[in-house]
Amino acid sequence: MAVADIPVGLRTNRSKVVRRILRNPLAITGLVVLAIAVVLAVFAPWLAPHEPTQTHLDQAFAPPGTVGHLLGTDDLGRDVLSRIMFGLRASLHVGLLAVATSLVIGVPLGLMAGYFRAIDALISRFTDLVLAFPFLILAVGLAAIRGASLGNAAIAIGIAQIPGVIRIVRSETLRLKSLDFVAAAIVEGAGDPWVLGRHILPNAASVIIVQATVAIPAAILGEAVLSFLGLGIQPPAPSLGTMLSDAQQFASRAPWAAVMPGVAIMLLALAFNIVGDSLRDALDPKASRR
Amino acid sequence: MKRYLLSRLWQSVVTLILATIVVFAGVRALPGDPALALAGEDRDPESLRAIREQYGLDDSLLVQFWQFVSHAARGDLGRSIRTGEPVGSMIAGALPVTIELSILAILVASVIGVGAGVVAAVRRGRPAEWAANALALLGLSVPNFWLGLMAILYLSVALGLFPASGFVPFFSNPIDNLHHLVLPALILGTGLAAVIMRQTRSSMLDALSADYIRTAEAKGLSPRAVIGKHALRNSLIVVVTIVGLQLGALISGAVVTERIFALPGFGKLTVDAVFQRDYPVIQAVVLVTATAYIVINLLVDLLYSVIDPRIRVRGDA
Amino acid sequence: MKPVLEVKDLSVTFRTEDGKLSAVDRVSLEVGDGEVLAVVGESGCGKSVTAMSIAGLLPRTANVDGSVKLDGTELIGADKRTLRSIRGREVAYIFQEPMTSLNPVFTVGHQIGEVLRTHVGLSRQAARARSIELLKLVGIPSAERRVSDYPHQLSGGMRQRVMIAMAVACDPKVLIADEPTTALDVTIQAGILDVLRGLRERLGTSIVLITHDLGVVADLADRVAVMYAGRVVETAQVHELFANPQHPYTAGLLGASPAAGRHAETHRLNEIPGLVPLLSEQPDACTFADRCPRAVDFCTTSQPQLTTGQHQVACWNPVREPVEV
Repeated sequence: MAVADIPVGLRTNRSKVVRRILRNPLAITGLVVLAIAVVLAVFAPWLAPHEPTQTHLDQAFAPPGTVGHLLGTDDLGRDVLSRIMFGLRASLHVGLLAVATSLVIGVPLGLMAGYFRAIDALISRFTDLVLAFPFLILAVGLAAIRGASLGNAAIAIGIAQIPGVIRIVRSETLRLKSLDFVAAAIVEGAGDPWVLGRHILPNAASVIIVQATVAIPAAILGEAVLSFLGLGIQPPAPSLGTMLSDAQQFASRAPWAAVMPGVAIMLLALAFNIVGDSLRDALDPKASRR
Repeated sequence: MKRYLLSRLWQSVVTLILATIVVFAGVRALPGDPALALAGEDRDPESLRAIREQYGLDDSLLVQFWQFVSHAARGDLGRSIRTGEPVGSMIAGALPVTIELSILAILVASVIGVGAGVVAAVRRGRPAEWAANALALLGLSVPNFWLGLMAILYLSVALGLFPASGFVPFFSNPIDNLHHLVLPALILGTGLAAVIMRQTRSSMLDALSADYIRTAEAKGLSPRAVIGKHALRNSLIVVVTIVGLQLGALISGAVVTERIFALPGFGKLTVDAVFQRDYPVIQAVVLVTATAYIVINLLVDLLYSVIDPRIRVRGDA
Repeated sequence: MKPVLEVKDLSVTFRTEDGKLSAVDRVSLEVGDGEVLAVVGESGCGKSVTAMSIAGLLPRTANVDGSVKLDGTELIGADKRTLRSIRGREVAYIFQEPMTSLNPVFTVGHQIGEVLRTHVGLSRQAARARSIELLKLVGIPSAERRVSDYPHQLSGGMRQRVMIAMAVACDPKVLIADEPTTALDVTIQAGILDVLRGLRERLGTSIVLITHDLGVVADLADRVAVMYAGRVVETAQVHELFANPQHPYTAGLLGASPAAGRHAETHRLNEIPGLVPLLSEQPDACTFADRCPRAVDFCTTSQPQLTTGQHQVACWNPVREPVEV
C-alpha cells in the first residue's frame, strides 16, 4: 500500500516542530514554568516545607517572608506555599483526568461523525444536548446526584469538554478523508476501522494534542471554580479553589492568602495556554493567525 | 431560508426534549428513594406520602414524565422543600438580576473583544498586536472569580470605588443599580472578551486577505471603509456565532460572579439549592438553564441569518 | 501621441522569510489613449504584480522602484491620499475571480454606488440610479431588479459584469483587467470580451489586459507586451507579433496558437519545456536561456536588453524569419 504510506501531518515534521518551538522564547518560558509547576506538584510530599493540612494557630496570619513560611500562613496558621504545592497537584490531577475523559469519549465520536455520514446528525444532537448544560450546571447536577468530590468535578468538566473535542476531530476527519492517500486506501478496499485507525487518527493527532493543551488550563480553571463554590475538592484537602474560598473571609487581614493561590492558578493556566498556542503555530505556521 | 429555519427549530425542539429527559432521569438517579431526597430532613411518613403524591412517584415512569413535563410547561416547577415557596416565583425573582448582569457582561466583552481583535488584525506584527494578544492570553488564563476577589479587595474595600456586594433593582434606582453591577459585569466579561478578541482577530485576518478587500482598495475607499465596513461586517458574522457558543461559559461564570458579589441572582439560587439539597429547585434550575441555552442559541442562529445575506436570501444562480 | 499611462523601469521585490524575492525587473510599458495593451506570459511571470503596482495595491512587503506616470502624474511614491483619489476614479481594476472579488454581504448596487459616493459625492439615491444605468451598460438584463441582488444570487459571468460596471463607474482613464475571463466558462468569456470592446469604443477607455490566453489577445488587443520571469522580452503591434515573433519564447508560445484575426476560442499558451526560473537566480544571463532552443554561449553570461523601435525584443539570437502559421 505505497500510496497510503505517504505520511502527512505530525509524522512528517516532528523535528521541524520541535525546532520551531525551541526558537520561540515565549514557548520556552511557558515550558519552563510548566516544568517547574509539574515538579512542585509531583514531588510536593517531599518538597513542601510543611504538612499542608497541619494547623498552627499560634502562627496564624504570618505575612510572606516570615522565616519558615516563604508565602506566609492563613487564618489557621497553615503554610500557604505548601498548600499551593499540593493545590497544584490537585489542579493538574483534575486537569488531566478531565481532558482524558473528554478525549476518550470525544475522539471516537468525532472520528465517527466525520467519517460516517449517517451518524453525523445523531452525534451533533448529542453535542447540542451536552452544550445545553453549561459545565457548572453539569457539575451541580453531578454533585447533587453523586456528591462533591475531585473525581466528580473532573467528570463534569470532562463531559462539558466533549463537544469541543468532537467538533475539532470531526472537521479534521472530514478534511483527511478527502485527501488523496486516504481516498486511495478506501478505493483499495481497506476496511473502515483500518482507515480510521491507521490513516486518519495518526494524522489527526496533532490537532488533538493542541486541543488537549488548551483544554487542560480550561479544566484547571473549572476545578478552581468548583472547589471555590464547594462543589469540587472538599476541605481540608488543599486545592487552589478552596484556598481562595477560605481566604475570602479574611482577605482584608491577610491579602496574601487570597493573592498567592490565584497567581498560582493564573501562571499554570497561562503556561499551558502559551505552550498550546506555540504548539499550534509550530504545527501549522499558516494557521498561526487563528 | 424557511427550510433552514424549520430545520433549526426542529433541532432545538429535539434537544429540548432530550434535555428534559436528562433532567427527569437525573432526579430519578438520586441515590436512594427520591421521595426521601425530595423531602430533605422532613421525613415523617405523612410528608413522604404527600411528596409521592405530588410527584406521582408510585406511577409508571412514563406517566411520571408526562406529569413532570405538563407541570413544567404550565410553569409549575414544584415548591422549595426549604422555604415552601413556589420554585417558579423564586426563579422569576432571581432571573432579572442574572439577565441584566449577563447583558452588561456581553456588552463589555463585545466592545473590548471586537475592538482589541480589530486592532490586533490591522496592526499585525506591531506592538499593538502583541499587547492585544497578551491581554487575550491573560484573559483566558485568569480565574475570573479570583479577579473578582482582587477587585473587591483593592477597588471596593481599599479604595471604596465600588460597592463590594449587594444589588439594587434597576427600576428603583438605575444609577445605583449600575454602580453595583459595573464591577461584576467587567469581571464576568473578561473571559468572554478574550474569546471574542481571538475570534475577531482571526476572522478579521481572513477577511482582510479576501479578494473583496482588494476590490474595495482598488475602488479607492478609505482604510476606514475598507476595514470598518467591508472587513468587519464579514468578520462579525463569525463572531456572533462564537458568542452564542460561549453562552454556557457565561452562565457558569455568572453563577460564580454572583456568589462573589453576593448578587441575589440565578447563580446564588443554584449554589444555595445544592448546599441545601433543595432538589425541586435544583431540578428546576437545571431545566431552566438548559431551556434558556437552547432558546438563546436558536435566536443567535436567527440573528446570524439576518446579518448574512447568503443565508437570508436564497441564490438564484 | 502622448501615452496615458507610462511605466518606466518598474522593479518590484518582495521581502520574504527566505530573503528578497524579485518579481518584476525594470519593466517599461506605454498605453496610448484608447489603446488596448495586452500583457501576456505564464503565471508567475510578474504580469499581475506589474498591474497591481500601478495604483499601489501591493502588500506592505513589496518594495517598488521606478516610475509610473498617469497623464504625467507620478504615482510611485505618491502619498496614500492621492493614490486613493486615483484608484477607482482614474485607474480601475477588474480581477480574475468574480466569485470572491465582490463582498458577499452587500448588494451589487451598494458596491457599485460606493465608488460613486466616494469619488463623485453622489447621494445614495443618485448612486443607485447611476448603478442601474451602469448595469444596463454592461448588459445585465432587468437591471432595476438586479441592483438589489447580493453577489451570491448572480452567476459568474453576471458578477464579472458587475465588476466591470463598478470599474467604469467613474469613467476611468485606464482600466486594468487582470485575467478577466480566466475563471469563466468559454461560452461566457465571449460576452465579457464584447462588453470590454464596447466600453473601449463607447467610452474610449484605455485598457491594460493581463492574460495568458492568446485568443483573448488576438480578439481585443492593439499591442502586446510579452513578459517572462519578471521582464518584458518582446513588444509589438498585435498583428506584427503574431505574424513575426522574434523572441524564441514568443515563438514558442505561438507555436500551436491561432494566428491573429482568427476568432477567440480558448487557446492557452503553448507548453514550453522547463520551469520559469526565479529572477534572483540569474542576474547576468538571459532568464530564458535554460529553456531556449536557440541559446548560444553568450546567453548565459550577459543579459540582453530591449531593442528600440516599433517592434522591440530582448534577445541575443532572435528569430528573424516569419514562422509558419
